[in-house]
Amino acid sequence: MGEVVRSLHTHVPDFDVLVIDDGSTDGTKDVATAAGAKTLRMPFNLGIGGAVQAGFVYALENGYDYVLQFDADGQHIANEIAPLRAAMADDPSLDMVCGSRFLSAEHGYPAPISRRTGIHLFAFLLSRITGQRVSDPTSGFRLYNRRGIALFARDYPHDYPEVEAVVMLHFHRLRMREVPVTMRTRGNGRSSIGSGKSIYYMVKVLLAIFIGVARRRPTPEPGDEAPVAAAPNL
Amino acid sequence: METRIQILAVTASGLLLLIVLELVRRRRLLERYALLWLLSAWVLLALAIWQGLLSDLARVIGIIYPPNALFLIAFGFVLVLLLHFSVAVSRLTDQTKVLAQRIAILEERQRRGVAEDPAERDREDAVEFVASSPRSR
Repeated sequence: MGEVVRSLHTHVPDFDVLVIDDGSTDGTKDVATAAGAKTLRMPFNLGIGGAVQAGFVYALENGYDYVLQFDADGQHIANEIAPLRAAMADDPSLDMVCGSRFLSAEHGYPAPISRRTGIHLFAFLLSRITGQRVSDPTSGFRLYNRRGIALFARDYPHDYPEVEAVVMLHFHRLRMREVPVTMRTRGNGRSSIGSGKSIYYMVKVLLAIFIGVARRRPTPEPGDEAPVAAAPNL
Repeated sequence: METRIQILAVTASGLLLLIVLELVRRRRLLERYALLWLLSAWVLLALAIWQGLLSDLARVIGIIYPPNALFLIAFGFVLVLLLHFSVAVSRLTDQTKVLAQRIAILEERQRRGVAEDPAERDREDAVEFVASSPRSR
């Protein structure tokens, strides 16, 4: 993981690196600090959703304009951040840019067939719901702008959040785009989704998608733009 | 309703009522969570004592043997209570998550503040000075 932090410092020197230690027992925080990253140490294991959301809250409160979500297990490649940034710079109306394993022609991402089936099912459902092609909804390699940060700092799914986050983004009328990236198979550390949990994962995410659709209209919060506004010059 | 069953029903629901009240009295149970328990205990007790009401109710629902209506109602209360607790647990989970995130962010700010921000460091020193002055006297 120290290697991941150093590669980030090399490839995106203008980003601060914040490592979120979700109540781990393997000294993650010390390794990260030694590698020159800021750390958020969760007092106990919150699960991926709560941990990632802490990062959004941190970014919002410290006035960061962009957040890049990047796995510390070596799956994501710092080299590939540039296309994400380029896409965000090209189109300022984008609130999230997501690295997809399945967009490039020569992807061949080696994942077990069961996992791929799940990903493709979610991809199909999300594409139908959002009306745009979503090819890799479980990818956690994402770049967010200030609006994306604000939304997810306020409300982010508890566990297995990536898929549901796309639904939330859509119904809050925020915009996203995917760019092709390559990813490695996990360097070290187990996936948060073991084989025994994969059925729970499928059911939970499917439920979350349908609940997300049923929720549909976001509750306006104080200080938000009104959902219906009069035109300035009628 | 047969006397033995009635005695059992009255005793059980009376006991439930007393236990809940005692728990609230000792502050082992918050009033917020006791209300549903108290309501169910009162209703069950009333139905156990007031036989006419129970048999009328059983006839309306279509239950031939009135004590079964009592069990059905008790079961309904149990379901509502369980759901109530699931909602309570969900809310607690959410609150715990927010607290954990706040603690992590505050700890980070504290580490950074002491190390980097001179103004913050001066304030920290001042606090430490105030805190340590009684000992030095």
